[in-house]
Amino acid sequence: MSSATFVRLCFVPLIAFTLAFLALPLVRLFFASSESSAGWGIYLEILTTPRYLQTLVQTVLVSLAVTAAALVISTTAGLFLARNRFPGRGILLAILTLPLAFPGVVIGFLIILLGGRQGLVNQLTSGHVVFAYSLFGLFLGYLYFSIPRVLLTVMAATEKLDPALEEAARSLGASPARVVLDVILPGLAPSLVAAGAIAFATAMGAFGTAFTLATDIDVLPMVIYTEFTLSANVAMAAALSVVLGIVTWVLLVLARNFSGATVAGGG
Amino acid sequence: MRLTFAKTLQLAVTLLACAFLFIPTMQSVLAGLTANYFRGISSGLTLKWVAQVWDLYADSIFLSIWLAIACLACTLVIGIPAAYGLARNPGRVSRILEEFISLPLAVPGLALALALLQLYGSMKGFRTSWTFILVGHVLYTLPFMVRSVLAVLSAMDLKTLEDAAASLGASPWRRFADIVVPNAMPGILAGALTVVTLSIGEFNLTWMLHTPYLKTLPVGLADSYASMRLEIASAYTLIFFVIIIPMLVAMQWASQRAQRIK
Repeated sequence: MSSATFVRLCFVPLIAFTLAFLALPLVRLFFASSESSAGWGIYLEILTTPRYLQTLVQTVLVSLAVTAAALVISTTAGLFLARNRFPGRGILLAILTLPLAFPGVVIGFLIILLGGRQGLVNQLTSGHVVFAYSLFGLFLGYLYFSIPRVLLTVMAATEKLDPALEEAARSLGASPARVVLDVILPGLAPSLVAAGAIAFATAMGAFGTAFTLATDIDVLPMVIYTEFTLSANVAMAAALSVVLGIVTWVLLVLARNFSGATVAGGG
Repeated sequence: MRLTFAKTLQLAVTLLACAFLFIPTMQSVLAGLTANYFRGISSGLTLKWVAQVWDLYADSIFLSIWLAIACLACTLVIGIPAAYGLARNPGRVSRILEEFISLPLAVPGLALALALLQLYGSMKGFRTSWTFILVGHVLYTLPFMVRSVLAVLSAMDLKTLEDAAASLGASPWRRFADIVVPNAMPGILAGALTVVTLSIGEFNLTWMLHTPYLKTLPVGLADSYASMRLEIASAYTLIFFVIIIPMLVAMQWASQRAQRIK
């Protein structure tokens, strides 16, 4: 057997699996979205039906808010942890990165422990503050899984910054705030854009967290789920999935072209 | 470390973020070990809830471990040769193929699960077997294996090594088994730990693909959050942490080790 044949054979398992379980199902999903009475007009229906449009807008708004909050918190913490050495740093870093592998459902439960009817905040405030099942609870849940992802990207990027640039700025008399604004943040910008896109895309598609918390909130993954299971409106569930999939995919491709970062995963 | 105003502010944000991530985790650990959560720790510590979880959900834990092992086997068989093929043929077609198999990283699990259900939902034998969930897990974890191995293979001079072996008469298979695989080992290890960790925690696809008789650990967790008392839900979460956190630590260690090769 020639070398070229061997290399070609190496692709066979991958191509067989990908064709059967990724390419064909996605094509089927796309055509399933046209199988209602509305046909391909179903994509127009998403924009003209108030409930779907509102869901879309609400999902985008929550995801944007989470992205902004995660960027601010994780950039601050990431810069601090990357630039300072002190006792306990390793523990803080571990706490901030371990939730990376927590499934969305577990994060939902943790938010319930924090802000549910039997939650910590409600116990401390003599029983009036329940926020776990509101839009704010959902925001906190999404923030929970976004912080580690953004933090890792920021810290990796910080280590690649040239410290000489900062020293030069400082020796020229720049204040610490000016150094951050004019040297560090511009240096981190590509990574921040990438991390933001990852956080946004993950929040848009997060199902597990929404499943535990958002029984009454219309966010896209929950609406897809209820259309499919409760209303048996397969075409609409498929159409919304196609829209969601395209949006998150495009964002992540842009993010990668910006900085090569790939800390994705389900929420 | 000297604390200026700016640094104090940074430290405060860092500590607040840590508290936000850590406090509920600790609450869940404590609630799973406390005799009565509403009366607090003073009601005493107990393993009663952990034992109850074991009675109720041991099957789901074993199914998850079994799925993770099966998923690892599949991603090794599909992923290592594929990564080798991609490393040997860097070019546009390889880029597109890599991009395509990475779709499950970007497209939400819910959408992928719907796609699988649309195409295979009517094949009853397949739909109701554990292999249907396995397909979902392989789909989601495969890109991590391929990329992890590919990153290591691309960083070394594969061609020179292989040419040397070929000049000594090694067949393509011998070169793959004796040169490519041993050299790719750090990438394979990092990929393997990532695959197992992600498979054990996978929920979004699994929730759609599972049947009432096939509950994985995270599906069981969702079930306990919805229908069990808080102590049992917490004890179950605690068991999950005990399994997943060592995996995660090992995964981060292996990934950093593999990255140093580059």
